Amino acid sequence: MTGLVIKPPLTQEVVQKLHAGDCVIVTGTVYTARDAAHQRMVQAIAAGKQLPFDPAGQIIYYTGPCPAFEQHPIGSCGPTTSSRMDDYTLDLLKLGLRGMIGKGERSDRVCQAISEYKAVYLATVGGAGTYLAKRVVRSEVIAYPELGTEAIAKLEVLEFPCIVAVDSFGGNLYHR
Amino acid sequence: MEYLEKVFNPRKLTCLHYSSDAQAGNKGYIMRTIMARDITRAVKMAVIKANTVLPPDIIEAIKGAYERESVALARRVLGIMLENAELAQSEEMALCQDTGMVVVHVGMGQDLHIKGSLEQAVNQGIREGYREGHFRASVVGDPIRRENTGDNTPAIIHLELVQGSSFTLTVFPKGAGSENMGLVGMLKPGAGQQGVIDFVVEAVKKAGGKPCPPLVVGVGVGGNLETAPILAKKALMRPLDNSGPNQEFENAILQRINETGIGPQGLGGDTTALGVNLEVYATHIASLPVAVNLGCHSTRRYTVEL
Repeated sequence: MTGLVIKPPLTQEVVQKLHAGDCVIVTGTVYTARDAAHQRMVQAIAAGKQLPFDPAGQIIYYTGPCPAFEQHPIGSCGPTTSSRMDDYTLDLLKLGLRGMIGKGERSDRVCQAISEYKAVYLATVGGAGTYLAKRVVRSEVIAYPELGTEAIAKLEVLEFPCIVAVDSFGGNLYHR
Repeated sequence: MEYLEKVFNPRKLTCLHYSSDAQAGNKGYIMRTIMARDITRAVKMAVIKANTVLPPDIIEAIKGAYERESVALARRVLGIMLENAELAQSEEMALCQDTGMVVVHVGMGQDLHIKGSLEQAVNQGIREGYREGHFRASVVGDPIRRENTGDNTPAIIHLELVQGSSFTLTVFPKGAGSENMGLVGMLKPGAGQQGVIDFVVEAVKKAGGKPCPPLVVGVGVGGNLETAPILAKKALMRPLDNSGPNQEFENAILQRINETGIGPQGLGGDTTALGVNLEVYATHIASLPVAVNLGCHSTRRYTVEL
């Protein structure tokens, strides 16, 4: 897959180059988080505690990988359904989160906030777990290890293929 | 009393392990016996195959969709799905990280005896297979407390008694992205076939990109509140071979679904579903139950016979 290469941390200028339907290639650091990790991060924000990583400019990848085989950085790791994270997303966008990678539609509230905070929602191919695992070169759990597959891991990805699904101008590939 | 003793005295039972001709025995009390440990071994192998090798009918359906798809982005997505299936098989890695909660359908002959616990044997097979395959443990023991059981057990086991002494087991690792989008409706009888079609299409539209289209759509019609979803799951577990007696009904639904334009991953395109399988059962004069169970493009299954 070809497309514009983006490297986190993302600036507002980079995000504003992206439009719904564009193919993009992500190379660099992304952070994994899904249901349980989001719940904890939002609880931490509410309690005024520090987050495991500073979300400013970063991308969160909604995934819960399979255990890695020996000599592999990660197991199968496709995206999970993003809408389950909708209720937690605003709190992270307010702290400067710039991108999210997942699959499927987002709530209207999240789409509005993506415009408001100049962020981007990228879709990748759900179910392509092995294909996407081949594009992860390093994985390190940085928080909540007791959550197992739902822990927060820092991933280094190389040429990770995505499609802009919701852009910072209100463009939405799901609303045709 | 004489008769009961012959049937139930275990010392008089003859073990015909792995023999298929148990029924041929002319002594009424001969019964085929299979061992729980052989079921464990079969389940272990089946979950590893199911999670790493996409069934041939699904691959063919995606290839067909790839050939026909007119939207460039949708073709790209379908191409990645095919590449993923090849890679997963050659690397023996999970097709999808959501290796599901395992639904197990057991078709068990009524003249068959299992030595040991069927339930324990199935769960042990899953435990061993998921560990060896490096598959994700995706099951929590309690829906409210939500602690992961750590080994992807327990399975959801559906037992169906059949005539004879056969033992057929299908494992169906089902991801939650698609399962969460299922629906049951108790329609008015007057809604008829059109009502069922509209209900299924609405369920697919509501689900959009979340269940990972292109979908395999399982539809159950009839029975009562619990029958329809079981029929829908049974339909979903059937290969996409147009073999059922409801082909016209299935094709009518498929056409309507593919007219929605939802497309692969919900990003737009001609291919929203790969196929529709439908199962029906008798129902009450006042009822028209319908259930929709959505399967993702990676609808995985593996069947073994003992």
